[in-house]
Amino acid sequence: MKISVTVNGTRYERDVEPRTLLVHFLREDLGLTGTHVGCDTSYCGACTVLVDGRSVKSCTFLAVAADGAEITTVEGLAADGELHPVQEGFWERHGLQCGFCTPGMIMSSVALLEENPSPSEAEIRHALEGNLCRCTGYHNIVLAVQYAAAKLRGEQPPPADWEEVGA
Amino acid sequence: MSTTSVLGGIVRRREDPALVRGKGRYVDDVKFPGELAVAFVRSPFAHARITSIDTSAAAAMDGVHAVYTIDDVRHLGPVPAQVPIGTLRPLLADGTVHHVGEAVAMVVADDRYVAQDAAELVVVDYDPLPAVVDLEEALRDEVQAHEGKSNVLLTWHGQDWWPGVTDELVDPKPQIEEAKAREDTVVVSLRMTNQRLLPTMIEPRVTVANWNGGYGAFEIWSATQIPHALAGAIGKIFGLPSNKVRVVAPEVGGGFGAKLNIYPEDILCAFASQQLERPVRFVETRREAAVATIQGRGWVGTATLVGTRDGKILGYELEAICDMGAYSHNFTVAIPALGLFVAPGQYDIPTHYELHCVVTNLPTTDAYRGAGRPEAAYYLERIIDHYARTIGMDPAEVRKRNFWPPDAFPVTTSVGLTMDSGDYARNLDALLEWADYEGMKRRRDEARAEGRLVGVGLGTYVEVCGFGPSALAGLGFSWSEYGMPSAFNGSGVVRVNPDGTCTVIIGTGPSGQGHETTWSQIVAEELGIELDAIEVLHGDTAESPFGVGTFGSRSLAVDGTAAFEAASRVRAKAAKIAAHLLEAAPEDIRFADGGAHVAGSPDKAVTWGEIATSAYQPHTLPEGMEGGLEATAVFSPPNATWPFGAHLAMVEVDPDTGNVEILEYWAMDDCGNVVNPMIVAGQIHGGIAQGIGQAMFEHAVYDEDGNLLSAALMDYPMPTAGDLPSFKLNRTTTPTDVNPLGVKGIGEAGTIGSAQTIVNAVVDALAPLGIEHVDMPLRPRAVWEAIQKARG
Ligand code: FES
Ligand code: FES
Repeated sequence: MKISVTVNGTRYERDVEPRTLLVHFLREDLGLTGTHVGCDTSYCGACTVLVDGRSVKSCTFLAVAADGAEITTVEGLAADGELHPVQEGFWERHGLQCGFCTPGMIMSSVALLEENPSPSEAEIRHALEGNLCRCTGYHNIVLAVQYAAAKLRGEQPPPADWEEVGA
Repeated sequence: MSTTSVLGGIVRRREDPALVRGKGRYVDDVKFPGELAVAFVRSPFAHARITSIDTSAAAAMDGVHAVYTIDDVRHLGPVPAQVPIGTLRPLLADGTVHHVGEAVAMVVADDRYVAQDAAELVVVDYDPLPAVVDLEEALRDEVQAHEGKSNVLLTWHGQDWWPGVTDELVDPKPQIEEAKAREDTVVVSLRMTNQRLLPTMIEPRVTVANWNGGYGAFEIWSATQIPHALAGAIGKIFGLPSNKVRVVAPEVGGGFGAKLNIYPEDILCAFASQQLERPVRFVETRREAAVATIQGRGWVGTATLVGTRDGKILGYELEAICDMGAYSHNFTVAIPALGLFVAPGQYDIPTHYELHCVVTNLPTTDAYRGAGRPEAAYYLERIIDHYARTIGMDPAEVRKRNFWPPDAFPVTTSVGLTMDSGDYARNLDALLEWADYEGMKRRRDEARAEGRLVGVGLGTYVEVCGFGPSALAGLGFSWSEYGMPSAFNGSGVVRVNPDGTCTVIIGTGPSGQGHETTWSQIVAEELGIELDAIEVLHGDTAESPFGVGTFGSRSLAVDGTAAFEAASRVRAKAAKIAAHLLEAAPEDIRFADGGAHVAGSPDKAVTWGEIATSAYQPHTLPEGMEGGLEATAVFSPPNATWPFGAHLAMVEVDPDTGNVEILEYWAMDDCGNVVNPMIVAGQIHGGIAQGIGQAMFEHAVYDEDGNLLSAALMDYPMPTAGDLPSFKLNRTTTPTDVNPLGVKGIGEAGTIGSAQTIVNAVVDALAPLGIEHVDMPLRPRAVWEAIQKARG
């Protein structure tokens, strides 16, 4: 089937098999390997992308269903080489270790902050329940989202708790 | 840039700009032309004889290149193991399957869809046999998991566990028995389970093997913690010299011990690639991971402790059955021994262990974050809490009365190992004061007075890690099975390039631990070179010095030290070159701010670029000096390192639902000197989360036929962001003298310290109901049932 999608601002017309998953279309047809696959049950969230601004698990979304849509993947967040505040937050607050869950985590966080610019810690944790991370224990991911939220509101991000530890 | 603060300072990770942009390169992001995909036919039975395998329909399918069974690969031998005790895993089931999910046949096809469809056409007939799942039953040995072989592989005994090491040790057993017989002592005992877990790294296993018949060489990309071992093993199995096997482990999406193994799929991909002369890729599905990747823990045992009524512990015993699963992988039977290494924890107490390693018809167990040490810490710290409650003493006070004093170090414990350094009382006091333990207990008592179930739990641990010493490898950890030298040393290359930049090549293969950043800090500090001028390469056996791998919280203490020593050698040579260029004495050369200068005359200076240019132009060097500016160092530590710490939690249990809420979590860890406090904090956070995962959520559950009931992620609840609190971390610093950096290791500490802390807190909350113990995981239902039972 022919589909036409806009991914990270570029328009693509492609022929895809009806059973092709969006994640495989992105990774294999378009070479956008930043979107990862961590499970086969729509549970881990490593494959999260934005489809028309909504966060979607691209491993359970057919490429044909994205026909006509605007898709943003992690590769499309940085503008003119400048990291998106969420990407910057993950870097500044050590919100990643192995980095495998990170693209999905970042995309879910972007979607959260678009909906709720001042989330509480509980709201951040709740919003990220669909994204699993085995490395960080989520502590620094929460700090990363708080950093990004402050930045996006034009405020000074609060310091990380581990910056103040000196034994 | 000032360089003096680089070591010990917070430096943002150098790995991250690529990773947050989605530009990180993981194995599945790199494709080779002409790749084929594989799918496996896996056993639905835990124990069954295979009466026939019919591959003809699958082989005839369009797009299928080959279907292999054991008859095609038997000549390659089983999957090698470093501790080859027990039955090693055949590459594909050989006549009998021994656990659900064991691979029976492999299909190689154009793509994964075709491979999977074809795998479904393979017809296997089975004749089921009785399966051994229960650990008690396994120990009774009436039904065998492998027909005709005893289920009991060995029993680790406290005092004769390792021949030659423990000659002078006194057997504490008579002492313990005598204490038990005394009238003025208290004996407490608890039977506890330390359940099986699935490692669940978010990147599943993935390997692509690429044989080039022209070069007679393999290039293998694999998400592994041990690239050199994989290269060695493939070389050994296929009869190739080691320099004809290149293994690349680029970014690795988490390992936690599960990728510290060589798996049949790795070897089978190599075999198929050689046969078909095409690159062959295996990507594990999440369901496969639940049966085909190693699992962790799996102990059931009784801890017994004897002590006086005033808190002096006179002896500690643990008798446990440890589940090895069906086949032995890399370290399998050695994992419980790692628990034995730390059996007495932070305490000067006679300790006796008896660990029966039994085979079952379940997937293999091996190293999973902590590997034996979380189990050991759990049993010890649970029984000490129980003892404290029995004699009516504060659990912190009981611990303090039995700690090794700081002036006792280095101290040889009752299991015969020597711990490098420790200051346990200072560490615990620091935690109690910082977290306001007294206030916490007060708040608990107030809540209790209102009828709420609130508890405070304390847990301490000592970890053995940073392996070395190299001689340990000679005591039964035989890397030679992987075609490698048997050693536990570390390696690093530091090279200053002609333009004055620096390339560091390390022997470890990180999987998220931030080695690029930490190693840069070490080298920047030693050379006075800017961080940004340093590039750290890893994970490619063609370019890196021989390295043992990333596991057992060993990388910094062993390989980090090697990089430090290589940098020191480069610095020494550079000092001579700078002295020559500046017409000064080498002793007077100082390194800072991206170059060298003469002490006291900062303008008599040369840049690293000038020093390096000279180094690569031998005619500009001092007479007789060899050209080039690089060094390789191999570090072999005289001992392992022994980090320690104390954790404290406050929880509330909902009596109506059994739901546990963690109100506060405090950790005071001590890993010696710290290179990057941010990375250390991250390691502890993740470690604690995995320990809490075990305490509250995770369990690989099997039915009596050996079917895993928790294969999919929704049935295996590893913690989500919503399940966990934020953690409060702090540190004490007790350096080691085992390496010149004074560092110990922090990768596993959080996991080793946390499960017992949570369970102690929950049991404290339930103590007013007379509950003495609840087995992990403390899911609402288990806790609710315990409450119902206690209330009668
Ligand atoms: S890969 Fe899509 S949710 Fe796991
Ligand atoms: S950073 Fe490794 S899974 Fe999240």
